[in-house]
Amino acid sequence: MAFEGLTHKLQETFKKLRGKGKLTEKDVKEAMREVKLALLEADVNYKVVKDFINSVSQRAVGQEVMESLTPGQHVIKIVNEELIMLMGGRESKINISPKPPTVIMLVGLQGAGKTTMAAKLALHLKKSNKSILLVAADVYRPAAIKQLQILGGQIDVPVFTLGDRANPVDIAKAGVENAKKNAKDVVIIDTAGRLHIDQELMEELQNIKSEVEPFETLLVVDAMTGQDAVNVAQSFNEKLDITGVILTKLDGDTRGGAAISVKAVTGKPIKFAGVGEKLSDLEIFYPDRMASRILGMGDILSLIEKA
Amino acid sequence: MGWFEKLKEGLTKTRDNLTQKVEAIFNFTSELDDDFFEELEEALIVADVGFNTTTAIVEKLKKRIKEKKINQIQEAKDELKNIIVEIMRGDKNIDIIPPKTPAVFMVVGVNGVGKTTSIGKIANFFKSRGYKVMMAAGDTFRAAAIDQLEVWGQRCGVEVIKQKEGADPAAVVFDAIQSAKARKVDILICDTAGRLHNKKNLMEELRKINRVIEKEGRDFYKETLLVLDSTTGQNAIHQAKEFIDVADVNGIVLTKLDGTAKGGVVIAINNELNIPVKMIGVGEGIDDLQAFDPEMFVDALF
Ligand SMILES: Nc1nc2c(ncn2[C@@H]2O[C@H](COP(=O)(O)OP(=O)(O)OP(=O)(O)O)[C@@H](O)[C@H]2O)c(=O)[nH]1
Ligand SMILES: Nc1nc2c(ncn2[C@@H]2O[C@H](COP(=O)(O)OP(=O)(O)OP(=O)(O)O)[C@@H](O)[C@H]2O)c(=O)[nH]1
Ligand SMILES: [Mg+2]
Ligand SMILES: [Mg+2]
Repeated sequence: MAFEGLTHKLQETFKKLRGKGKLTEKDVKEAMREVKLALLEADVNYKVVKDFINSVSQRAVGQEVMESLTPGQHVIKIVNEELIMLMGGRESKINISPKPPTVIMLVGLQGAGKTTMAAKLALHLKKSNKSILLVAADVYRPAAIKQLQILGGQIDVPVFTLGDRANPVDIAKAGVENAKKNAKDVVIIDTAGRLHIDQELMEELQNIKSEVEPFETLLVVDAMTGQDAVNVAQSFNEKLDITGVILTKLDGDTRGGAAISVKAVTGKPIKFAGVGEKLSDLEIFYPDRMASRILGMGDILSLIEKA
Repeated sequence: MGWFEKLKEGLTKTRDNLTQKVEAIFNFTSELDDDFFEELEEALIVADVGFNTTTAIVEKLKKRIKEKKINQIQEAKDELKNIIVEIMRGDKNIDIIPPKTPAVFMVVGVNGVGKTTSIGKIANFFKSRGYKVMMAAGDTFRAAAIDQLEVWGQRCGVEVIKQKEGADPAAVVFDAIQSAKARKVDILICDTAGRLHNKKNLMEELRKINRVIEKEGRDFYKETLLVLDSTTGQNAIHQAKEFIDVADVNGIVLTKLDGTAKGGVVIAINNELNIPVKMIGVGEGIDDLQAFDPEMFVDALF
């Protein structure tokens, strides 16, 4: 495995240096080469990696190596802490408006997992006794409305639709009106997948947003996304001022470096993780777990935590 | 607009960065020195080529530069393109047109990459070339997957063989092959549910579908297409490895190239696993599918 490689390489690099007092510039530089490769292999964006390595190196040089750790482990400890910080430090909850209904809008690229996530969120909130309305505002993808209706049916949550001939802005607006009339606590709007460079469709989202003033605008990102994650996240954030991110398909074996990239360019918290196709496959996003995953070194980290 | 323009347009933003970068390297470095190669590495990694393949490409370029005594910037640049085109083409068959009919296509890939959409486009591609085409709704799992394929069936006027949601996908494919034989169909295209390659049971299910195709479709020319999303990073290599383990994948459809992602990971896949890209997806419309052209792909990359 790639990460065992990282641990192994770092151990090798530092074998000679065991118990050597302070971390020197040379130690750190050698270790950072390996860390850099690990992060790139995990699909963290190149520029983000570069910035990260620079700032971590600065912090690491001159630090006293803990008695119980090798210099390699000590560098990893620092890298791990910084990664967790970079991803927001701790978990972040979904915000519920004091003035119901709370409108939540899901946006993102094609196939990221928005429709599935709309239903997952509905189920999640339903468990805390919220009444929910799902709104089908994707009129482009074949059978998108039907898909949401089937998913809504599975969890017994109503789905509002005006068919696929109506305008998504009108659908969203009417959906929220409908929720108000029926005293719903939460409205979740599923939108069509779109490219961040598609001017017309990005404008459509801006129009929906200004019309229904969502309390949460969440960008749904596929965890397998590569280097382009920064462009996507930046564009969606610039145009829509998103309030958070959801990572999907984390049940795969991707290292998920996109999490770092997206957080680094938007500064917005990652709130949930999708971990399967079932509607109960939703987890709160924990930065510390994600850091271990990206570094791919659960074992060594638990060792370090004990130190 | 042709796909190349579309691709170029789609890639403009990042391509400009990349081109500027690559050109800056080639213009401002008087020698082809270490800095030059390091910057080149960066450009390739940002295109999702991945570290290993990037290193391999750069090493190869260094060797060629030495052998051919290249000292001109433009020549080095052309050589770099040649190297990538060689990796992407080799002696592989990059043509999707089957050498004989009847042919059966099985389309596989992880969730949401664009399998069903690509099938709709491919069905239309063959139909407009005079083939008699049929589709099989082998995704019986995802909500409204069958309805989605049926919409595509209507769009291109192609019959869809289906059963109920939740039915055994192998049984659907079995039925479809019998119908295809009975109706003397030239090309049968089978949709399958998206599945992550690390899910043992789902991959076993795919193996079973594959066996049905091999057994029932003995007289068919068989093609398995792996659909990859160009936005995907290094995980695509794992995907390819696991899917080849289950079925004899002989082509890749690279989707969503109309975005800013460059799909460079297919270079790594071609380098390591030798599965050729055959078609590319450049949009959500029925005509947004094009034959893969390595030169144009590489041109759009840099
Ligand atoms: N394994 C896994 N699959 C997921 C997850 N979330 C979504 N999917 C699958 O990914 C595929 C795409 O999901 P959708 O919810 O349709 O994605 P979307 O963003 O609404 O797609 P468009 O509306 O076409 O843009 C489906 O096959 C889902 O079942 C997840 O967390 N894990
Ligand atoms: N921009 C763009 N979008 C595409 C392309 N190909 C497919 N899509 C979109 O990607 C989303 C997912 O496509 P599907 O065909 O449903 O993907 P799939 O692999 O069948 O998904 P599952 O069956 O859920 O695993 C849809 O919104 C498609 O319209 C492409 O080449 N470019
Ligand atoms: Mg959707
Ligand atoms: Mg599908």
